[in-house]
Amino acid sequence: MMKFYILSAFSPLIGAIIAGLFGKMVGRRGAHAVTIIGVLVAFLSSLYVFSDVLNGNSFDGTLYTWSAVGETVFEVGFLIDELSALMMLVVTGVSLMVHIYTIGYMADDPGYQRFFSYISLFTFSMMMLVMSNNFLQLFFGWEAVGLVSYLLIGFWFKKPTAIYANLKAFLVNRVGDFGFLLGIALILAFTGTLNYGEVFNQSSELASRSIFQISGLEWSLITVVCICLFVGAMGKSAQFPLHVWLPDSMEGPTPISALIHAATMVTAGIFMVARMSPLFELSEVALSFVMVIGAITALFMGLLGLVQNDIKRVVAYSTLSQLGYMTVALGASAYSAAIFHLMTHAFFKALLFLAAGSVIIGMHHEQDMRYMGGLRKAMPITWIVSLIGSLALIGFPFLSGFYSKDSIIEAVHLSALPGSSFAYFAVTAGVFITALYSFRMYFLVFEGKFRGNTAHGHSHEPHESPFVVWGPLVILAIFSVVSGAVAIQPILFGDFFEDVIFVLPQHDVLGVLAEEFHGWIAMAVHGVQTLPFWLAMFGILVAWYLFLFRPRAEASSGVLRVIHKILEEKYFLDRFNEWFFAGGVRSIGQILWRFGDARLIDGIFVNGSAALVNRISHVVRLFQSGYVYHYAFVMILGVFGLVSLWLFLI
Amino acid sequence: MIGLSHFLILAAVLFAISVAGIFLNRKNIIIILMSIELMLLAVNINFVAFSHFLQNLDGQIFVFFILTVAAAESAIGLAILVCLFRNLRSINVDDVGQLRG
Repeated sequence: MMKFYILSAFSPLIGAIIAGLFGKMVGRRGAHAVTIIGVLVAFLSSLYVFSDVLNGNSFDGTLYTWSAVGETVFEVGFLIDELSALMMLVVTGVSLMVHIYTIGYMADDPGYQRFFSYISLFTFSMMMLVMSNNFLQLFFGWEAVGLVSYLLIGFWFKKPTAIYANLKAFLVNRVGDFGFLLGIALILAFTGTLNYGEVFNQSSELASRSIFQISGLEWSLITVVCICLFVGAMGKSAQFPLHVWLPDSMEGPTPISALIHAATMVTAGIFMVARMSPLFELSEVALSFVMVIGAITALFMGLLGLVQNDIKRVVAYSTLSQLGYMTVALGASAYSAAIFHLMTHAFFKALLFLAAGSVIIGMHHEQDMRYMGGLRKAMPITWIVSLIGSLALIGFPFLSGFYSKDSIIEAVHLSALPGSSFAYFAVTAGVFITALYSFRMYFLVFEGKFRGNTAHGHSHEPHESPFVVWGPLVILAIFSVVSGAVAIQPILFGDFFEDVIFVLPQHDVLGVLAEEFHGWIAMAVHGVQTLPFWLAMFGILVAWYLFLFRPRAEASSGVLRVIHKILEEKYFLDRFNEWFFAGGVRSIGQILWRFGDARLIDGIFVNGSAALVNRISHVVRLFQSGYVYHYAFVMILGVFGLVSLWLFLI
Repeated sequence: MIGLSHFLILAAVLFAISVAGIFLNRKNIIIILMSIELMLLAVNINFVAFSHFLQNLDGQIFVFFILTVAAAESAIGLAILVCLFRNLRSINVDDVGQLRG
């Protein structure tokens, strides 16, 4: 089996190297052929690995020992079990779709080979991340996906906004990675190993040790470790308040928004927390923290999606909100539900993003929804798949999003941790918001009248995209429809994750849910009678009323305008960051430069020592009179001095 | 009876005079050269005196070498002086201060 593990991880790397380093030689066709073959091989071998895992085989072993320092061993290893096999399948599957789609989307771009090289490199990094069996390799993959994300956000490096966005993404991720690195360092310091299994074996020791006390509250080591690790996840998975980079990352080409910033990389944090479930389970404080952060993200980021006019940004905020849902599920100990939602979300969000990209191609690279409208006639396939994606996103019964999202909401409802009632409110209200912004986008883009030509002056008829673009859309749409119904039974309520994800009995909300579960049809039928479904329907209705039936109704009265302003400014978080963090660092830098560097180092040490020598030599040079008799006199004095010293000593 | 100490005192006096001659003199570089010669002669007197009283000829042989070196030295010194005079039109000690820092 080892062959297949290596094949699924490294074949995208080979494709990336060929397309990246020999891009000129292999040409455009060669570049996309070699990377697609690489990812296809990875996908097929992942499929094989997955079926092998389903047969009950798992693997945890070392591939290569990188270095050993005393007792500490740094190695490259694979942990192949249900969780990583599922992730491998999702990553390579979505990546394959995106690769094919890119042929159409980037057809006219001069950086064609570079783009394929980057996305294949991303696939490799993500595979290393999910297949890892130790924290070091996890961190390697973590940073590598961050790097590729940086490269791809700034893919159009001549665009200043893209460069600003990729720098922002990189810097915000540094904040998260700092926490992540601290968490790993704590684990290494207290357990002496980086291997998952060995760390998990010592988890109860970590839980029993308290590390410090703040205002009488005792912080156990495991709480600190988990919160540190989760800070890393907050950066990578764009949780409040480190979410600010994700909307800006939409400056990159649409395929990577789908692959990296919706389906895979941003879910790395979710995956990591699920992988660390034996640690997180032991700390209720950390779980509460995770849940509250997720709830804030789920509700408030969804609200921001309501006022965006850029089609990609709406989808980006919806991604943030859905990531919040997954995080809430993690906090409620419903790790399987989080991974389940991760999977369904990967399909329908990649679908929505790629559909948005298809709309953008059809609109000749116009992204503003105010200049769209009525595209259902011009782009029938994109219209259908977008409708499916939107319905899946808002949790329409029988579609995949319904099963995952409804399970999360129910799981949170059952959770008894502090903060769960707020989280329940947030995710329930989030359903309404999700429906509102999704269908605002849907109505603005596909329904009503076409508003493009009048606003722009030049007439471009929107047209349907080529086959390589809509082909992947259709495949993803099929997965968006069926993946929930097919997978809910084994993943959530079966024993699929039994040996992988560890849940304490008192946290086992999914176990309680399992008793009420009577198959996917019954769940969907019952779903129609529940609050979330009606909230979603109400959201669609409101969206229809506001944006189709009576457009221009938005932001008419005073209070609404204030709210609209707050939402447009993204709760002033960007401004606050700009002012407090960027400005603060800049002024600290100013102080250090003015005082520390210019005055202390340059003024006192560098120029000061020179000035001191100068001043001393001004005095000393007076002895050098040039007159022979002065020298002679000094010599005589010297001799006199030496002789007297000699006499004195004797 | 004239003893060793008389010679030594004479040499010391001569030496002191020559030292004073070097740095009290402000007028003439030739006087500096003369003072240096006198200094060497004072030393020579010491050598000869010790040689005589210790019944050892080494000192007197040394004196011959010193006299030779001193003669060569004053020849070089005078030659430098001539060059100096050609350039400066003066052999005044106070005018020779170009090496002042």
